[in-house]
Amino acid sequence: MTNLTLNEDETMLVDSARGFLDEASPVEKFRELRDAGKAYNPELWKQMADLGWTGVLVPEDQGGIDMGHAAANLLAQEMGKTLVSSPFISTAVMAATALRQVADNPRAAEALAKIASGDLTYALALDEGVKHAPSKTQMQAERVGNGFSLSGEKTFVVDGGSADRLLVLARTGDADDALTLFDIPADRDGITRTAQNMIDARDSAQISFDGVEATGEDVVGTVDQAMSVLNPALRAGQAALAAEMTGLSSGAFGMTVSYLQERKQFGVLIGQFQALQHRAAHLWSDIEVTTSTIANAGRMMDEDPENAALAVSLAKARACQTAKLAVMEGVQMHGGIGMTDAFDMGFFMKRARVAQEWLGDYGYHAEQIAKIKGY
Amino acid sequence: MPFDTTNPEKFRAEIRAWLAENCPAEMQDGDTTADSICWGGRNWTFQSDAQKQWLNVCAENGLTCPTWPQEYGGAGFDRDQEKVWLSELDRINARLPLQSFGIWMLGPALLHFGSHEQKLHYLPPITRGEIRWCQGYSEPGAGSDLASVQSKGEDKGDHWLVNGQKVWTSYADKADWIFALIRTDKDAPKHKGISFLLFDMQSGGVSTRPIKLISGASPFCETFFDDVKVPKDQIVGTENRGWDVAKYLLTHEREMISGGGSGRGAGRSLAKVLADAGHDLSEASLRTEAIACDIEEMSVALTIERYKDQAAGGKGVGDASAMLKYAGTELNKRKHELFMSAGGSEALQWDGATGSLPADWLRTKANSIEGGTSEVMLSIISKRVLGLPG
Repeated sequence: MTNLTLNEDETMLVDSARGFLDEASPVEKFRELRDAGKAYNPELWKQMADLGWTGVLVPEDQGGIDMGHAAANLLAQEMGKTLVSSPFISTAVMAATALRQVADNPRAAEALAKIASGDLTYALALDEGVKHAPSKTQMQAERVGNGFSLSGEKTFVVDGGSADRLLVLARTGDADDALTLFDIPADRDGITRTAQNMIDARDSAQISFDGVEATGEDVVGTVDQAMSVLNPALRAGQAALAAEMTGLSSGAFGMTVSYLQERKQFGVLIGQFQALQHRAAHLWSDIEVTTSTIANAGRMMDEDPENAALAVSLAKARACQTAKLAVMEGVQMHGGIGMTDAFDMGFFMKRARVAQEWLGDYGYHAEQIAKIKGY
Repeated sequence: MPFDTTNPEKFRAEIRAWLAENCPAEMQDGDTTADSICWGGRNWTFQSDAQKQWLNVCAENGLTCPTWPQEYGGAGFDRDQEKVWLSELDRINARLPLQSFGIWMLGPALLHFGSHEQKLHYLPPITRGEIRWCQGYSEPGAGSDLASVQSKGEDKGDHWLVNGQKVWTSYADKADWIFALIRTDKDAPKHKGISFLLFDMQSGGVSTRPIKLISGASPFCETFFDDVKVPKDQIVGTENRGWDVAKYLLTHEREMISGGGSGRGAGRSLAKVLADAGHDLSEASLRTEAIACDIEEMSVALTIERYKDQAAGGKGVGDASAMLKYAGTELNKRKHELFMSAGGSEALQWDGATGSLPADWLRTKANSIEGGTSEVMLSIISKRVLGLPG
């Protein structure tokens, strides 16, 4: 039977992840990256690979540790607590999930091995507008000879500025879902990448494709059937992102409770005021409830992936609401200091806002739930 | 014990086969409304032969209290086996065979604090639905501040002489026995002078008076004790340490009110309310609220499951159960506001097509008061879980 608590392996993974990240990537490290204008630290990425994290979803045949989605989510959750910035979700979660479905293809197998070893990063070039909507893809992949020619614009491609390769979603037919997924190097002729200056200081790019050549070899899976490989990858990314946001919520909440226990006004600790106590208790409850949806999403993806869509949308929808509440309460309860750049709470607020939008916000996932439920 | 508990797959198959053979078709109607509950007790009138048959066949096999030890009338199931049992009941839309305060509250407290003799004496009649219990906790001067109870028990050698008044005693007029918080040391600090006593509601000096509520129903009573003699062996735990038992029991009560006690509890479905009222979900605000409530309902249910898994793994949930109570009851109120809105004017009639919906809606308003108010729950969380200063 599905059990929503951590097993022994997962508890060890969380403990070792926390120990490592507290040392190697506390929030100060994020501030250093932001100040230096860098999206992530390649040395940290290499260390994460040495720990097996980049291969958490890569089969053992390709050198991964293959621990499953629940474990990947736990890693993302720990990263969220101290705002670790890396291509983990794009590469180790989404690209790995897409490619492992076609792992009998030697090229995909090789890519998976390089993801596990930390030698290859990916970005998913899906959206073309301001909201997540893969089914609205307009970019064309025109058949030319034995191959394709890709032309169009992708925007808000997370990790798109730094990724070595891109998984590109393009239209190959008129039917709504006649889409094909291409795996191409990010520096191929005809690709222009323009950095987007995001509020969370992380990597996001607008990418234009001007007659970019792709061969049949570059197709991931089958022509016109992108969604069969992409859907599991999207779900994996959405769940991991929801986990990151829940970790982020816990991180912001921890700072807030500490502040309530040390800040004095009117001669008393502000944590003695019932108005603040009850709000803190409500927020704690909210994080606990969302944590259950994250655990459930991981278990469903590992044990019953065909039916995991509801569990994943539930986790992402709730994580969006929780993260929003956690950072708003975080700033409000800190008062003026919460508004300063010198204090970390603003980083949590800005990351929470970006993470809400990426891969579908509350409204997107509420709509998915409504459709599944038949409303 | 007709089930092979050593092999999970075989176990499920056997449960399924047993249900197919033993669960009457009438008990597979998915009815989880208050009127369909089998409470049991000396004065219980079964609503149908099927209800009686279903209770008896489950009781014979320990399935009214599946996780209790077999020697006390349970089936000795572990957490995973209980999940299989409940999921198989759900699969065929079966009603629970028996629900009671004995199962939800007194039983767990007795299993934890009672002597072997007390368990043998009190638990099996609960599992067979023969004795119905009520809870004597609140008093006119002890609501949220429960430890201020004033009902007193004087030591008379072989018995306590109990005098005082309880209030909000659920179904006291229908119950056979009561478990009550009685002050047995008036000089001790308020938490240290309370004993947890059990006595028969037919004892001389016990009387009850139902309280009519805004829903028109009278599920709660005032209960009066006038020189009630309670034998000395009818105490759970140690004299004057009844607060420990009370607190332990409250965590179970909170889980029950949150919707976790029965392990199911989805209750009324929005689709059915809409159908009964001839309404649909085309209105934007109604649809939005329906989805939001669905998200909350699934999330809270998963949290109840997660906490139960945690408890089964030996990690107590403790004060965090206050969160289940808070989240579950606030959600239940919100859902019933949605149901009333979906039902429109049809749901404004006491006897309309939506049945007991208006009474149920009013009843939910007590959910966030009984068993500790939402505000008390938040205070428990802030002080005992978060460690904020008092």
